[in-house]
Amino acid sequence: MAGENPASTTEYIQHHLQNLVYGLHPENGWSLAHSAEEAAEMGFWAVHVDSMAWSIGLGLLFCWIFRSAATRATTGVPRGLLNFVELVVEFIDSSVKDSFHGNNKMIAPLALTIFVWIFLMNFMDLLPVDLIPSLLSLAGVNYQKVVPSTDPNITMGMALAVFVLMLYYSIKIKGSGFVAELTMHPFNHWAFIPINLFMETVGLLAKPFSLGLRLFGNMYAGEMIFILIAMMFAAGAGTGLVAGGLNAQLFGEYTNGWFWLIIFTLVVGVCWLNLKGRVSTIKTVLLCMIFMALGGGVFALGGGLMQWGWAVFHILVITLQAFIFMVLTVVYLSMAHEEH
Amino acid sequence: MNINLTLFGQMVTFAFFVWFCMKYVWPVIIEAMDERQQKIADGLDAAERAMRDLESAQSQASDQMQVAKQEAAGIIDQANKRAGQIVEEAKQQAIAEGDRLKVAAAAEIDQELNRAREELRGAVAGLALAGAERVLEASVDDAANRALVEQLAAQL
Repeated sequence: MAGENPASTTEYIQHHLQNLVYGLHPENGWSLAHSAEEAAEMGFWAVHVDSMAWSIGLGLLFCWIFRSAATRATTGVPRGLLNFVELVVEFIDSSVKDSFHGNNKMIAPLALTIFVWIFLMNFMDLLPVDLIPSLLSLAGVNYQKVVPSTDPNITMGMALAVFVLMLYYSIKIKGSGFVAELTMHPFNHWAFIPINLFMETVGLLAKPFSLGLRLFGNMYAGEMIFILIAMMFAAGAGTGLVAGGLNAQLFGEYTNGWFWLIIFTLVVGVCWLNLKGRVSTIKTVLLCMIFMALGGGVFALGGGLMQWGWAVFHILVITLQAFIFMVLTVVYLSMAHEEH
Repeated sequence: MNINLTLFGQMVTFAFFVWFCMKYVWPVIIEAMDERQQKIADGLDAAERAMRDLESAQSQASDQMQVAKQEAAGIIDQANKRAGQIVEEAKQQAIAEGDRLKVAAAAEIDQELNRAREELRGAVAGLALAGAERVLEASVDDAANRALVEQLAAQL
């Protein structure tokens, strides 16, 4: 958490945008990077441990949920989890049937994996930005980016995998027709072959890049706004009890991570009690405001409301981005299957 | 933007998850859903068929009921007629029997009457004679008197 001076604000942002990197350092060999400079020196031979871990973990979560639903699949009355999973499957199935007209058993499972996996990765964005990094920093992990889809490696990795599939099916289905498509289109004359080739290649390459960068850009921007709003918590510190909150009185400039966690737990707990009907809504709002004012002052209260507002809006964004990635993948693969 | 090995790690992971989904998740769920859809469609079909069967059975039953009602009415009619007939016959028989009995009784009464008359006549004649004998104490011409007395008795 940072105070008000610009240097530490920049540091805060940069810290949040730095992956936990494991790679081949020119001097230290294969090791975890201890700073952003070390990570940069590693160059290509490095792995973003946090991105990979979260992405694999969320992928496994997807597999586990859907597999456990699949083992429970009956032809009788579906219940609970199975109901939900079938809802998703049916949604994907109808989307795929709408835009893919070929006969390929891989497209629908591919679309399901993309949609659910990307949704889960994007969903990490809705967790409070500082929660997991602060907890892990208590455990001694310096850097942590919890949203895998804000890492271009992750989004481009998926987009390139889709690109490979596009090329594979184009060649498999169309054969020489694919070459003809690249060379004799849009101007059907031999003299235009170089121009055609250039234009079609650019068009072809634009697909995976737009696919991967769109998701990356959206999620990166969303994450950035969360980080910027989060700084408002810190901006309130050090200006008195009402404005600055209890944390500034207790810890001065250096706010303890545990303090945030306690306030967060209190607020969530009150909201939970409200959901259970034990506390009236007016009391809930008042208590939340008091906790937030104590925790971070007026700025923090404003920040909290903005976090909440942006998170609500972001629910739409993360779902939409997952859906767009899925639909475009299906459309691109559908184009790869169609003869012109 | 620092592209590194993570890119390929993600590609491999992606391929693995797609393979897993294609192998163990998608077909199972889709199959179960299709089967259920089939089952529901069959169930709806069966329900419709049963409904139609029920309707036809109901109309058949009401038809049969109609026929049975008519038959029953016919039978009751016939029975009524027959009952009337029987009563009529019995009446006739009773009247005939009564008449016969009346005639027989009348005849018997006549017979009895006649016999009684005869007896009375005999007795009167005897009594008269005895009375006359007593009166006269004499032996009169029996024959002439008898004729007289009988003449008298015949007037009874």
